[in-house]
Amino acid sequence: MTTNILLCGVGGQGTLLASNLLAECAMEAGFDVKKSEIHGMAQRGGSVVSHVRFGERICSPIIRKGECDILLAFEELEALRWTEYLKPGGLVITNAQNILPMSVSAGNAVYPKNITQILAGMSVQTIAVDAIGKASELGNQKCLNVVLLGVLARRIKEVKAEIWPEMIKKMLPAKLQELNLKAFTTGWNLA
Amino acid sequence: MKHSGNRAFLSGNAAIARGAWEAGVRFASAYPGTPSTEILEHCGTYAEIDAQWAVNEKTAMETVIGACYGGARSICAQKHVGLNVAADPFFTVAYTGVNAGLVIVSADDPGMHSSQNEQDNRFYAMMSKIPMFEPSNSQEAKDMTIAAIKLSEEFDTPVMIRTTTRISHSEGIVSLGEREKAPEREFVRDMAKYCVLPHNARKLHAKVEERQKKIAELGCKSPFNRIEDGDKSIGIIASGISYCHAREVFPNASYLKLGLTYPFPAELIKKFAASVEKLIVIEENDPFLETEVRALGISCIGKDRLPICGELNPDIIHESLKELVDRPMPTTTPKATVDIPVRPPVLCPGCPHRGVFYTLRKLNCTVTGDIGCYSLGAFAPHNAMHTIVCMGASITNALGIEKAMKEKIHGKLVAVLGESTFMHSGITGLIDTVYNKGRHVTMILDNSITAMTGHQENPASGKTLKGEPTKVLDFAAMCRACGISNVHTVDPFDLKLLESTLKEALNDTEPSVIITRRPCFLLKNYKPRVQLVSINRAKCVKCGMCWKLGCPAIEVNPDDGKTVINSALCVHCGLCAAVCRPGAITQAKEEA
Ligand SMILES: Cc1ncc(C[n+]2csc(CCOP(=O)(O)OP(=O)(O)O)c2C)c(N)n1
Ligand code: SF4
Ligand code: SF4
Repeated sequence: MTTNILLCGVGGQGTLLASNLLAECAMEAGFDVKKSEIHGMAQRGGSVVSHVRFGERICSPIIRKGECDILLAFEELEALRWTEYLKPGGLVITNAQNILPMSVSAGNAVYPKNITQILAGMSVQTIAVDAIGKASELGNQKCLNVVLLGVLARRIKEVKAEIWPEMIKKMLPAKLQELNLKAFTTGWNLA
Repeated sequence: MKHSGNRAFLSGNAAIARGAWEAGVRFASAYPGTPSTEILEHCGTYAEIDAQWAVNEKTAMETVIGACYGGARSICAQKHVGLNVAADPFFTVAYTGVNAGLVIVSADDPGMHSSQNEQDNRFYAMMSKIPMFEPSNSQEAKDMTIAAIKLSEEFDTPVMIRTTTRISHSEGIVSLGEREKAPEREFVRDMAKYCVLPHNARKLHAKVEERQKKIAELGCKSPFNRIEDGDKSIGIIASGISYCHAREVFPNASYLKLGLTYPFPAELIKKFAASVEKLIVIEENDPFLETEVRALGISCIGKDRLPICGELNPDIIHESLKELVDRPMPTTTPKATVDIPVRPPVLCPGCPHRGVFYTLRKLNCTVTGDIGCYSLGAFAPHNAMHTIVCMGASITNALGIEKAMKEKIHGKLVAVLGESTFMHSGITGLIDTVYNKGRHVTMILDNSITAMTGHQENPASGKTLKGEPTKVLDFAAMCRACGISNVHTVDPFDLKLLESTLKEALNDTEPSVIITRRPCFLLKNYKPRVQLVSINRAKCVKCGMCWKLGCPAIEVNPDDGKTVINSALCVHCGLCAAVCRPGAITQAKEEA
């Protein structure tokens, strides 16, 4: 059995750290893991996506369209962009945040309305969380990524619960650990 | 580096650096370029590797050649187009061979995620007759780097490692080893080997041809080239990432998995082809392996069915070879029916380049552009670039345009390039312009860093790759030395001065240079003064002046059509306040 998770968002939202933590935890749990993302042009506020795959043996680092188990979207428009990757009945977790692309802020395109309803109308399961709100409550919007990781982690039965906080402690510098451990627990209990 | 015992989760680039370290490499040099950049950054994290940023790929290549002659196992790495720049020494080191081991990495970019073309650098191996490895994952990236150093010393040849974006930037589990102690190799004078005068080169070429045969034979026995037996009705030849994608689609087929792809292991290919019913060559971009298979008189399925353009993935392979796959394409979740606006990258809030494009557009200049963050100036709303060819081409393209168009273009033509690009290959063009009596304006956007590729130090930043302080290049003095009499230096946030300087320079009958100096906003130790910017929306008349800046923090409220400043993104650079004529946007006089 292979588990396929796609993380998408906007450059600067911290999807990279979340996908790193996820991959390291899956490795710690004894799986073969591959992760793929594109750097470069994507950084300056563009769309970003990470593919994370784990299981007994992983060949391609890329998730096939229709084979993604969980889509973790850091931004609503980005959730819409990647739904094709979800398998029917797959799960999409969205953070209730809208970041306007330049075409929209300049008035040349429209940001789709009611994205959570559009997603709910698809043959997938949806979880919408206000992770950005929770991150603000914790005093630092930057920990949005770990809040979302917490939401995701609860759905990944293959990785034991205690591995996640251990990995956060191992991978993050000491001064960021407390905030991120709180962020993780907040996410875990959020939905 | 993230370690867990003797295993680590590494990108292909990090794995190559690790392999270099384990193989006893002592010296590394490169000019940054996506997707190769992190190889040198990772090399720099090892105390035993002297890693440095070169000014361009040619100087990097020549330096590692020198280092390997001098006895240090060495590595250089570049993106695919970087090898074009370094091609001259690259072809010749194939003749001289090495002293200590030399590995040359070419990181190609199928799909052009961050490149201007999709050239398939496997043909460089063929043209230069340099042996080539193609890893399929991070573990192989490490193992092949170590094997490449060995092969290099054993056969007295540089060895190429060719990766692609999906290898360089994908991560996988890698088992780690210890660092090998490299034997001392003295540099002894050997004219016949190291001086490629025609007389010597003729003999060296003959040696290269001998070497080719021997390595091809070795390739037939190498553990990196292996037959993986499966269902004999389909046999697949693949290398690099294509192997991984193919395995997803045809898990039960027989494979000839190639890792040491060049010189072609012809005998092994023949043996494999004879053992299977239907032969398929699955490869990304050009038919490199397929051409060889066909040259051996073997027929196969290949680029008649698989695309040449773009990156390959399991979906494309499945779709292209549908009738050979024993299951249907996966059912997907249908896309939403609403329009999904694209989200391309944009200049950051506070970017020093923004005002330059605003001004160029305002003065309706014809702009020959170049490659860097400022390439984004070609897009809306800046729309301020007419050409982008390759690094350094801005200045020489301008010279050519003015030679062709003469007075029709005089007073309008501006070449725009970053300081890293100027040092890389703009300087020669500037000398050319002066010598051949051009008169266009050259703008050097000096943000003190090579930003586009993720912020690498360069001679403008005063720091080396290892973080040591070093001399800072004086661009104004350098331009004067090239023969430019009028060199202006301005702060690109001072829009008024920028505009008047540009007007003056355009009127000049001699070529002139404007250096715009302000650090990249994302530089770690850049702490600009903050004077708060705010908007009084009652005064906004929807003139759209601020929209022309293309700042991500400036939004249009869809209800009243007036500007809103997104306070989460605004960094208070003040540009919008400077262009807002009705005075709706203002900047505080005092520092916050
Ligand atoms: C031959 C070649 N080498 C490397 C690259 C990758 N690359 C693209 S832009 C760039 C440097 C940009 O630096 P600079 O000119 O200072 O502009 P900035 O991005 O800092 O604005 C590099 C290294 C390339 N496109 N071509
Ligand atoms: S990284 Fe620096 S130079 Fe590049 S767009 Fe952002 S601010 Fe500008
Ligand atoms: S001051 Fe204006 S131009 Fe500068 S970052 Fe803020 S909104 Fe953008």
